[in-house]
Amino acid sequence: MLNTNKQQYSQLATKHEKKRPILLNCVRAFIIGGLICVVGQAISFFYMFYFDFTEQTVGDPTVATLIFITMLLTGFGIYDKCAQFAGAGTAVPVTGFGNAVISAAMEHRSEGFVQGVGANMFKLAGSVILFGVFSAFIIALIKTTLIQLGVIG
Amino acid sequence: MKIGKQSWSFQQKPVISSSATVTGPFEGKGAIANKIDLIHKDLYMGQPSFEQAHQQLIEDACQLTVQKASIRYQEVDLFISGDLINQMTPTNFAARHHHIPFIGVTNACATSIGALALSALIVDSGNAHYILTGAASHYAAVEKQFRYPTEYGSQKPPTAQWTVTGAGFGLVSQIGQGPRITKATIGRVMDLNQTDPFNMGGAMAPAAADTILTHLEDHQASVDDYDLIVTGDLGEIGQSITIDLLKSQQVDIPTKKWVDCGLSIYKADQNVYAGGSGAGCSSVYLYSQLLDALNKQELNRILVIATGALLSPLSTLQKQSIPVIAHAVTIESEAI
Repeated sequence: MLNTNKQQYSQLATKHEKKRPILLNCVRAFIIGGLICVVGQAISFFYMFYFDFTEQTVGDPTVATLIFITMLLTGFGIYDKCAQFAGAGTAVPVTGFGNAVISAAMEHRSEGFVQGVGANMFKLAGSVILFGVFSAFIIALIKTTLIQLGVIG
Repeated sequence: MKIGKQSWSFQQKPVISSSATVTGPFEGKGAIANKIDLIHKDLYMGQPSFEQAHQQLIEDACQLTVQKASIRYQEVDLFISGDLINQMTPTNFAARHHHIPFIGVTNACATSIGALALSALIVDSGNAHYILTGAASHYAAVEKQFRYPTEYGSQKPPTAQWTVTGAGFGLVSQIGQGPRITKATIGRVMDLNQTDPFNMGGAMAPAAADTILTHLEDHQASVDDYDLIVTGDLGEIGQSITIDLLKSQQVDIPTKKWVDCGLSIYKADQNVYAGGSGAGCSSVYLYSQLLDALNKQELNRILVIATGALLSPLSTLQKQSIPVIAHAVTIESEAI
């Protein structure tokens, strides 16, 4: 029978645990994340050059195009493999949000459109929307208060 | 017959008279692919969902096992098996297919050996002539339930493990030719306050060490009595912790005598992080590679320990620590 206790064991387990290579992960995330942004910038320039978009209005079609590309990459099973390499580099840009929604929709297709796809599509991304909107509300509240008080213009 | 505190010794020595394994495509590119009976080319296996594909794995492996033994389903007295999916539907649904009296058991990844020990006990006591037993897991069905959608891009830590898509089944018989089950030890649930669901090896190591020590104590055996000690899915991290735990209790297993199924199913370049895992991990390796070696008498006495982490996604989110278990059986070749 094994003779050990929680403290002893936790020390032993920590000793053998392989740590995440944080520095390497940061470098990879920087490179791949940056690369995705470069592609996004190129798409923006494309819309501004060939279509009637300005720097202010080009955001929407650029995001839509990036998400469309993500959809294809997720569907063909490439995005998750890139993500294992890139980590935050593929999670933080809008493509990561797209991947979270699309992968959940695909995964739950077998349970039908309403209770499957509909109910589970925002399983992962839902909290991003909730806390994103909530934070925006708080920030807007602070800004309005400061304007009313005459602190900022 | 009960031996010591947690162990059984089987007087009639039930035989594993036939066995079969079925896997998915990724395992088909692995290190033991040539020992697998059926390798599906696609993760869906011709089914509309991953859960049904999981069921297909079980149905295929059961059918092949019975076919190889040249008997019919009607002659099998019991079907004892289980899996990791909610309410065990893949196994339950597969069991409606062949109409064999059925007991579902589940101890997470320790299911394979728990079910085998139970089958041996029932056959040994003369309460069944043939029992079909084994376990299965399916990568995508397990990921979907326990982690994220299959195609979701999350970066897994180096301690994570890869769920084996596969099923391994064997026919435990009163008579016949093949490797014999001689001893078993039923594990107890341990909990040493490990909470990381991406480090199963670290959670399961104490259960493996406890069951190995209890088995050796109960049967008054030593490591030298065995040609090979096989653990289910401890992986790299769990194995190294178990080595240290056993050393602290004066049990030293030489590395050449120790095989972990999770580290033996895939090739080194397949990048499965810390190793394979899942209920199918130990069963696929046992019912293909190990039984083959026992049949050829390359191995004569082995101890197989399967470990299981008894968590659910809910228990993890509710910040509960991970209870773990391990069961062991001794299998001997006909040469002994």
